[in-house]
Amino acid sequence: MLSLRNLHARVGEREILKGLSLEIPAGEVHAIMGPNGAGKSTLSYVLTGRPGYEVTSGAAELDGVDLLTQAPDERAARGLFLSFQYPLEIPGVPALTFIRTSVNAQRKARGEAEMSAPDFLKRARACAADLKMDFDMLKRPLNVGFSGGEKKRMEILQMALLSPRFMILDETDSGLDIDALRIVSEGVNALRSPDRSLLVITHYQRLLDYIRPDRVHVLAGGRIVASGGPELAHELERDGYDKFARAA
Amino acid sequence: MTAVKDTVEQVAGLEKYEHGFVTDIEQEFAPRGLNRDTVAFISAKKGEPDWMLAWRLEAFERWSAMESPNWARVSFPPIDYQDATYYAAPRTGGGPASLDEVDPELLRTYEKLGIPLREQEVLAGVVGAPRYAVDAVFDSVSVVTTFKKELAEVGVIFCSMSEAVREHPELVRKYLGTVVPVTDNFFACLNSAVFSDGSFVYVPPGVRCPMELSTYFRINAAGSGQFERTLIIADKGAYVSYLEGCTAPMRDENQLHAAVVELIVLEDAEIKYSTVQNWYPGDPETGKGGIYNFVTKRADCRGDRSRVSWTQVETGSAITWKYPSCVLRGRESVGEFYSIAITNGRQQADTGTKMIHLGEGTRSRIISKGISAGRSSNTYRGLVSAHPKAKGARNFTQCDSLLIGKACAAHTVPYIEARNGACTFEHEATTTRLSEDQLFYVQQRGLSEEEAVQLLVNGFVREVLQELPMEFAVEAQKLVAISLEGSVG
Repeated sequence: MLSLRNLHARVGEREILKGLSLEIPAGEVHAIMGPNGAGKSTLSYVLTGRPGYEVTSGAAELDGVDLLTQAPDERAARGLFLSFQYPLEIPGVPALTFIRTSVNAQRKARGEAEMSAPDFLKRARACAADLKMDFDMLKRPLNVGFSGGEKKRMEILQMALLSPRFMILDETDSGLDIDALRIVSEGVNALRSPDRSLLVITHYQRLLDYIRPDRVHVLAGGRIVASGGPELAHELERDGYDKFARAA
Repeated sequence: MTAVKDTVEQVAGLEKYEHGFVTDIEQEFAPRGLNRDTVAFISAKKGEPDWMLAWRLEAFERWSAMESPNWARVSFPPIDYQDATYYAAPRTGGGPASLDEVDPELLRTYEKLGIPLREQEVLAGVVGAPRYAVDAVFDSVSVVTTFKKELAEVGVIFCSMSEAVREHPELVRKYLGTVVPVTDNFFACLNSAVFSDGSFVYVPPGVRCPMELSTYFRINAAGSGQFERTLIIADKGAYVSYLEGCTAPMRDENQLHAAVVELIVLEDAEIKYSTVQNWYPGDPETGKGGIYNFVTKRADCRGDRSRVSWTQVETGSAITWKYPSCVLRGRESVGEFYSIAITNGRQQADTGTKMIHLGEGTRSRIISKGISAGRSSNTYRGLVSAHPKAKGARNFTQCDSLLIGKACAAHTVPYIEARNGACTFEHEATTTRLSEDQLFYVQQRGLSEEEAVQLLVNGFVREVLQELPMEFAVEAQKLVAISLEGSVG
């Protein structure tokens, strides 16, 4: 599914990813943990094509297609979704309008027919109910005046309605209380399937109690310095990142 | 990024101003230049009574002694008023005729512009679809006014200004120039001397006008200006909603549009006045050509509890100089101003409003959204004043500016004068640059860069779009999108 080979990337003059390689097969959930400044968010922006994040060498492919030559919206239409660490506010655009516009833009790019308004509304209502969100919230401008936790739920709602094939969660657990964490995780788990993959970026092991990863990687100094099973997350929680940071 | 480059190339290939065509039609002109004879020529062409000619000539004398104003934040070379034509009319036009008498070429023009001139075409739509009556002004004359008969049945007069001068002189003499005096300003005075055509509306007491009224202004002839004059009177307890639209061909020369619009609102009456202005803005690269839109619009809320609401979507013109205002004379009268002003390329806009609170308990509300892109300059200029008798006056003003790109400019110039201690004025203003973070967020959800800009801009102007009549809001939204094409990348 996702294949990253010896990826180098910089922001301005500063090199942040320094030879990152990673394979995530279809149907798997991988977690990336690491200290602050290790390049975790940079990785999510490089994959989604944020301007200013320049790849200097290496390759990134989704289903064998080179991601790096594509515009952000083309990558999105191929099924790449990023749940932002800090979701943006979009004044004057109701959340429902925003998501429906996104869904149909992606469908159009893939040569599919637009989703009708009644179909979309039906799905939106069901997804909002699953995430225990008040449907009226979807009529308000996207994320404007929402709490941190509400914004994160809104990200997962968008993800559910866009049904992406490869999902990146960038510190989705930050700003969530324990009940919200459970509800959001259930929402994410409901999207797991054999043809979808998930990359979970987090500081804390806690989220991984809810979203069980197949593999855990440690990102430090711009490279993957260790990989293992779910037990690696527990080890990190106990011992900290020190020894990996030194290894980098 | 290749995608951005592609977008820019695609956009460059687009015909950005789609109303830029010229109608090839036989026209009649006034001799070039401006003097007493020109004024007399126009008056004679329109078959006007002597009092009207005298009024015009007096205006001309006063104008001859006036200087062009220079306080606005716009710049343009001096205009040679002797090097223009002040009257241009289709040869067949001599006032609104039946459609059968209108030159087919003209009908095709309006068809191309999407303006319904055949009543049955409007009626042929879905049952219950909103209908609107149209007065179509082509250069200096009104070529046709629709639904006049149906409107007359409820007592509403909707006709061209020329016809009103001939058919309803008592109303015209009573109200013309009472809101915008002849010598109000340089351009209004010029207009008073040479005004050609425009719309006249009178809604009698207690009548709610049964349909939207609209005027569609088209400048076609080269080397000519358009001097429209519009007068709308809502008598006691009456209501009318009126919309004007404007387009012009693409030409390398600058053309002057100096209009005067006067609204008179009596007791408990209400006028909603909306403008969708899309005059040719000039070449986006060189700044060559385009319309100078120097317009005076003012409403006089004479009656107690009267209301006026101005809504404008300004996307065109090389230069816009325009301040639709409200004189809130009646007790508890209400004035509103909702504005979207978009400048791109080399456009300059200096626009805003004046809310003049004279009566007790008067209220006003100003929502202005300015968007600057390209190398344009966009200024909001507004005055809110309360006079000694305007106890309890209230105003709320919100001015938001959005900058797209790095070479444009936005300015906000609010003037506030309170001459009594019992009024409440609130002013909020923001200036933001279209954020790259927001753009990326929207693109990550699957929208192209152009679509993302449109979505964000439509969100920015939404409060104002909601004030437009439904069927025009959709048009306005498209217009907003078109006028910002190529503004990123």
